Amino acid sequence: MATQASRTAGRLMLSPAVVLLFLWMIVPLAMTIYFSFLRYNLLMPGTEEWAGFDNYHYFFTDPAFWPALVNTLTLVIGVLVITVVGGVALAVLLDQPMWGQGIVRILVIAPFLVMPSVSALVWKNMLMNPVNGLFAAMARGLGLPPYDFFADAPLASIILIVAWQWLPFATLILLTAMQSLDQEQMEAAEMDGAGVFWRFWHLTIPHLMRAITVVVLIQTIFLLSVFAEILVTTNGGPGTASTTLTFLVYVQSMLQFDVGLGSAGGIVAVILANIVAIFLMRMIGKNLET
Amino acid sequence: MTVTIRTLVGASLVLALTGAASAETTITVATVNNGDMIRMQRLMPDFNAKHPDIKVNWVTLEENVLRQRVTTDIASKGGQYDVLTIGNYEVPIWAKQNWLLPLDNLGADYNQADLMPQVATALTVDGKLYAAPFYAESSMLMYRTDLFEKAGLKMPENPDWDFILQAASKITDKAAGVYGICLRGKAGWGENMAFLSAMNNTMGGAWFDKGWKAQFDGPEWKKTLSTYLELMNKYGPPGASSNGFNENLALFQTGKCGMWIDATVAASFISDPKESKVADKVGFAPTPTRAGGSNHGNWLWSWNLAIPASSKKADAAKTFVAWATSPDYLKLVAEKDGIANVPPGTRVSLYQNPEYLKVAPFAKMTLTAIQSANTAHPSEKEVPYTGGQFVAIPEFQAIGTAVGQQFSAALAGKATADQALAAAQALTTREMTRAGYPK
Amino acid sequence: MAREATKGRKAVTTLVAWGIGLVIFFPILWTVLTSFKTEVEAVNPHPSFLFFDWTFENYRTVNERSDYFVHFANSSAIALGSTLLGLIIAIPAAWSMAFVPGKRTKDLLMWMLSTKMMPAVGVLVPIYMLARDSGLLDTRTGLIIVLTLVNLPIIVWMLYTYFKEIPGEILEAARMDGATLSSEILYVLTPMAVPGIASTLLLNIILAWNESFWTLNLTAANAAPLTAFIASYSSPEGLFYAKLSAASTMAIAPILILGWFSQKQLVRGLTFGAVK
Repeated sequence: MATQASRTAGRLMLSPAVVLLFLWMIVPLAMTIYFSFLRYNLLMPGTEEWAGFDNYHYFFTDPAFWPALVNTLTLVIGVLVITVVGGVALAVLLDQPMWGQGIVRILVIAPFLVMPSVSALVWKNMLMNPVNGLFAAMARGLGLPPYDFFADAPLASIILIVAWQWLPFATLILLTAMQSLDQEQMEAAEMDGAGVFWRFWHLTIPHLMRAITVVVLIQTIFLLSVFAEILVTTNGGPGTASTTLTFLVYVQSMLQFDVGLGSAGGIVAVILANIVAIFLMRMIGKNLET
Repeated sequence: MTVTIRTLVGASLVLALTGAASAETTITVATVNNGDMIRMQRLMPDFNAKHPDIKVNWVTLEENVLRQRVTTDIASKGGQYDVLTIGNYEVPIWAKQNWLLPLDNLGADYNQADLMPQVATALTVDGKLYAAPFYAESSMLMYRTDLFEKAGLKMPENPDWDFILQAASKITDKAAGVYGICLRGKAGWGENMAFLSAMNNTMGGAWFDKGWKAQFDGPEWKKTLSTYLELMNKYGPPGASSNGFNENLALFQTGKCGMWIDATVAASFISDPKESKVADKVGFAPTPTRAGGSNHGNWLWSWNLAIPASSKKADAAKTFVAWATSPDYLKLVAEKDGIANVPPGTRVSLYQNPEYLKVAPFAKMTLTAIQSANTAHPSEKEVPYTGGQFVAIPEFQAIGTAVGQQFSAALAGKATADQALAAAQALTTREMTRAGYPK
Repeated sequence: MAREATKGRKAVTTLVAWGIGLVIFFPILWTVLTSFKTEVEAVNPHPSFLFFDWTFENYRTVNERSDYFVHFANSSAIALGSTLLGLIIAIPAAWSMAFVPGKRTKDLLMWMLSTKMMPAVGVLVPIYMLARDSGLLDTRTGLIIVLTLVNLPIIVWMLYTYFKEIPGEILEAARMDGATLSSEILYVLTPMAVPGIASTLLLNIILAWNESFWTLNLTAANAAPLTAFIASYSSPEGLFYAKLSAASTMAIAPILILGWFSQKQLVRGLTFGAVK
């Protein structure tokens, strides 16, 4: 359908975005790859020298590496499960007729609008603090010992905070999808005597699959780089219990100021993120076919 | 509403001023969001009146964020700041890299001879002062006199760790929300490791031996960690593994701690009736040591103002540094906010001022603590490093934090003391080898 | 809507939905409430929900201490600037992908998304050096450029999915009538795409407003936005819950209000092509 002229015009219009993104990707990437082969510590200028694969070797043998890898996956998958399941449930609920639906939507959307650092600070201090936090006060009111969230369940606490931030996003996308559900088909199924769960499983869920795919894809991209929440709450600890790959790279490049090592970590993180992405596309990409 | 108007008026004023005074120099000052620095910002009208040609932009950040930002900037020569607020940990390291401007002539009324010698020494490299101390602190033991009385305890002049254990057990009343002792547990080289490194000094231990070999496999660290864990597990507050200075301060101020060993600067906060519920019931004693020991940890920290060598406005920056750290500044604070609130620990004359001694019951103990801090020889053993609650090498930030994570995990019950020590030994050895020690 | 619900069922749904909504909203509500407490009241072991002495003290203190409006202006400029710049670059790109798709369009889209996979902490040092050398440190321009690039993939994708829903026949009809490419975009496409562009704009403003790594690390005094403002209230010495709450409320209020007023537009655009 497209003529040669419009094809050329299309290329022209596409090129600024592509060129800019390509530069944004390749320049830092090239610098990072270069740094990753150097012995390069910002605090000790003048000692830069070629290091070969030393930095990579060192990064992979870091005792925190494997825990960080596992924590990263746990965090991403945990948040995805909570937000997708919770999002579907909320979307189905909010799609029902009720009074004040607009206000409920406003309440539900709110966490998505809060800066990550603010929400981490609020959860850490005002809610989860085992002495002065509200949860501790509630526990005391019930005669229970307060629960020390960040010491006893650091990763789970972070998952909870991040899931709280992303639940609105999932809910809203799924709710929009719900609203285009074919009501006549639903009613026909109901006439045929299909139960609520049958209808949910065989009509609602398939209809939502595309939306769920989008939620998973977009959230994964953002979740792989979750960082502020960890820095503010647990600082990766206790031990390495809540250190993710991103956080490990942070420790190396911003605490040790070991740019060489941090760069190697960054490259490893990019490769792993892309493996996750490819895996994801294989698994759910077919839902995205247009 | 009024706020909006005021801001608008202020903004237009600023515009008018910048338009009028073209000879004005603008400097950017990076500082920590601690109480004394916030006060300094409030007192800026005095500076502006004295130096109308210098405009100051503030960057006020939480300590860890500030440190990371400032270090990134100075190491990559970003040149975003003209005055930096840095600790005595950074000063000698950065001065050796020639990243800081020596501050030799801060003016006639600066009175450099009045600086607390222990503090000044830590900021001097090759005979030159590289940063001007803003306030300084050592560590001490703060305790609740009412709880001690109730338990029939008397604080000895020179408490040792055995006494602390015993006292903690007597005053702990968890049902009433009173915990015998609060100590730092949050991982970080400047958090739990500051306390634990100092405590290890009191036990006669060290971070490294003469050949830069890590000492976590020695008996002193074992004793340090086991005493610490016993104290905290039995008598400490819940959630201790995420408590740093601020969290403990809040706990103490709200009456939840019987004892607290931390920076001397805390004393003025817990004695302030506006912020503290227990202001009239606090006592002070030296940092405990081992039975028969005499090393009190050698904790010495100062927040200092320094000028990066890359600053293009060094003269204006120097004027500002001199204003903020001179004896006149102390007078200014005394006039405006009362003498109890002057930044402590930097000037000998302050501790000879009878007025100050009268309103600051903690002054004497603070002075003793600072004077007894020997940063040149932090450990009783012969060691290749200087410092105190830290080791003054660039690698320490990262190593200290990683070790702190291990000890924090031990406190949270995620690892045993032996596991934590073994992990600390392994990772310290690994990092030191990578960094090329022994050098 | 052909569904019929009994009053009783509607009441139950309402109750459950409101309950869940309030639970989700509660942390924000609690922050706002705490901002009106005194510092001592904020750590009261028996916290009071509404019955405490309300005070504006914290807001006064925060306003005295920091130039909220400077940070606010920076946040607004950066969020708006990067969004507009992003749209200018993304609209033609999305148009071309939607209406002149090539074999690799899908791959191109995925590649764009994958540029978001580089952990920002890993490239801070290189980017910092580039910004330093180009004089963009601590400038709004620098941040606008960086945030535009960071969010560009999301903008392109959103617009692409939106444009795809516009039937191609309309464009062809316009073309038959002799419309040039530019007038085709200006008079035919744009009006139809306005709702999609609006929601893209909104989402991107939210993302840019809340971005807290680059905004914090590439600024000092002049371009520091509200994320830096918050960083000066987290964990100082002494009690800080009430002041932190006040500062937090001030930092999130503008975007919260914007998001609430425009939630219909925002929600419509949030589908990323998930709805057919």
